[in-house]
Amino acid sequence: MKVLVPVKRVIDSNVKARVKPDQSGVDLANVKMAMNPFCEIAVEEAVRLKEKGIVSEIVVVSIGPAQAQETIRTALAMGGDRGLLVQSDVDLEPLAVAKVLKAVADEEQPGLILMGKQAIDGDNNAVGQMLSALLGWPQATFASKIEISGSSAKVTREVDGGLQTLDVALPAVITADLRLNEPRYASLPNIMKAKKKDLAVKAVGDYGVDIAPRLTVLKVAEPPKRAGGIKVETADDMVAKLKTEAGVL
Amino acid sequence: MALDLETREQLLETVRRFVTERLRPLEAQVSERDEVPEDVLAEMREMGLYGISIPAEYGGLDLNMEEECLLIFEMGHTSPAFRSAFGTNVGIGSQGLVMFGTPEQKARWLPGIASGELITSFALTEAEAGSDSGSVQTRAERVGDEYVINGAKRYITNADKADLFTVMARTDPDKKGGSGVSAFVVERSRVGVTVGKPERKMGQQGAKICEVYFDNVRVPAFNRIGDEGQGFKVAMQVLDRGRLHISAMCVGVAERLIDDSVAYATERKQFGQPIFGFQLIQGMLADMKTECLAARALALETARKRDAGQGISLEAAASKYFASEMVGRVADKAVQIFGGAGYVSDHGIERFYRDVRIFRIYEGTSQIQQVVIARELQRQGVK
Repeated sequence: MKVLVPVKRVIDSNVKARVKPDQSGVDLANVKMAMNPFCEIAVEEAVRLKEKGIVSEIVVVSIGPAQAQETIRTALAMGGDRGLLVQSDVDLEPLAVAKVLKAVADEEQPGLILMGKQAIDGDNNAVGQMLSALLGWPQATFASKIEISGSSAKVTREVDGGLQTLDVALPAVITADLRLNEPRYASLPNIMKAKKKDLAVKAVGDYGVDIAPRLTVLKVAEPPKRAGGIKVETADDMVAKLKTEAGVL
Repeated sequence: MALDLETREQLLETVRRFVTERLRPLEAQVSERDEVPEDVLAEMREMGLYGISIPAEYGGLDLNMEEECLLIFEMGHTSPAFRSAFGTNVGIGSQGLVMFGTPEQKARWLPGIASGELITSFALTEAEAGSDSGSVQTRAERVGDEYVINGAKRYITNADKADLFTVMARTDPDKKGGSGVSAFVVERSRVGVTVGKPERKMGQQGAKICEVYFDNVRVPAFNRIGDEGQGFKVAMQVLDRGRLHISAMCVGVAERLIDDSVAYATERKQFGQPIFGFQLIQGMLADMKTECLAARALALETARKRDAGQGISLEAAASKYFASEMVGRVADKAVQIFGGAGYVSDHGIERFYRDVRIFRIYEGTSQIQQVVIARELQRQGVK
């Protein structure tokens, strides 16, 4: 079975994001970028499925600037087989991303699309769901466990109330949650071998889909600074404050 | 062949992440238990760290010296005990074979060394042979197609886990000094090899050194590296290279200590302001950074010179001498900036202070480096 794994290049999760002075977005100039952590979990899962003999080929696709090739190389070093960059120098909205991915899926005909549940930059949590709708495939989001048998997948999902188990027919879109696995560090020899793997580059325009933005960002701002706490002398004081000031009791 | 820059950066980034996410949280534990956990060793094997200097045809990464230095800078950002786990496979334990081994010897041992399945140690030092490495007394006597080895080695890094030892032994008792010494690969599994209990030491807990005894150990002549009497030459070339590796480690640890000191000085308040605001603290930080940059530049410059095929005996000695003394001074200032917090164990600063002391001693003391530098100057003569 062929698996398609979309990955996104985002601001490194260890970097403190700074807002641009004009509040138009996050300042990415000279900021360290990395693969979105949820995408990394999806890549790891695909590699594990390949190691189990269930998957025969892992195709890694990214939509983004030329530098997203580095992100694809990282995924190839982890065990992906070949890569595809759909180059776009503007940041696409989830619907546009889903449409491009649909076009890629139509070309590649994968048996499964395995992707992160959301990217840590926009936190939209939308592409997987939109993609499944566009393809008319079943979806299983927030996966914490995936078992594939024959033409279906049993997926354990992390939902608010606990764990939900779904059976989805393949092909399907599955999005990875944090506890699905712990991604490996690519081995140094595999990083060197990844350089020799196929990485095709196309332009968004090649797919002829409508990527016009539907959303307008009004402003991006830092979260308000937390006011300092206060110390109370006694438990009674605390209860009183919870009642009168916090209004939670 | 040198890596393209993108691949090199990916490689370094992976090591950087591994050090930050995986190794740094374990520093205190490794020090307390005097052991690097087995799962971490397994991950380091998987990552290919044991084979960074081994030729690709034997399963290694075949990094050049500049790339090795860059990678070791990253490893220096955590406790040196982690690097030590694979350090002998990369350097002194394997390079005799890499530089002087026959194709048959390389094929037999290098793949296992590169994968980390085989751990190697370098056994030169003896009770009466340390800095004076030509005075080795361990004896290797030729009997037919074999050598019989007798003697005792001490302070042998990774001997507790070693499967192979590169042993310097005297094959010609009539020749004094280095010219009577030959190098051998001795498998730990051979009858008559025993390894002593790990020594208790000042720092780098988690890395072990032991005595190793050879009692009528018979090895086939196949196991001799290079010709008879070439052992000293093997040792010196292995050490030249090792000195650069150690220089890089010193730079890495200094960078870590500078980062920690900057963070602490920014946070710690006295007299109503962060201590970073005081010029006496700034002076220490500026000196630490300046010296560290100088050591980094010297190590990289020398590594590039070696990669270009030039002789580096003088420069490698100068690099190791300067970098190891530098990290000693940097660690001392780091303790000073941390003050009381630098003296108690919680911040790990005192641990680094102890850890770095050995850098001025092993793979040639500072004084031996000075001698090498002066001797090279004399040899090169007036220009």
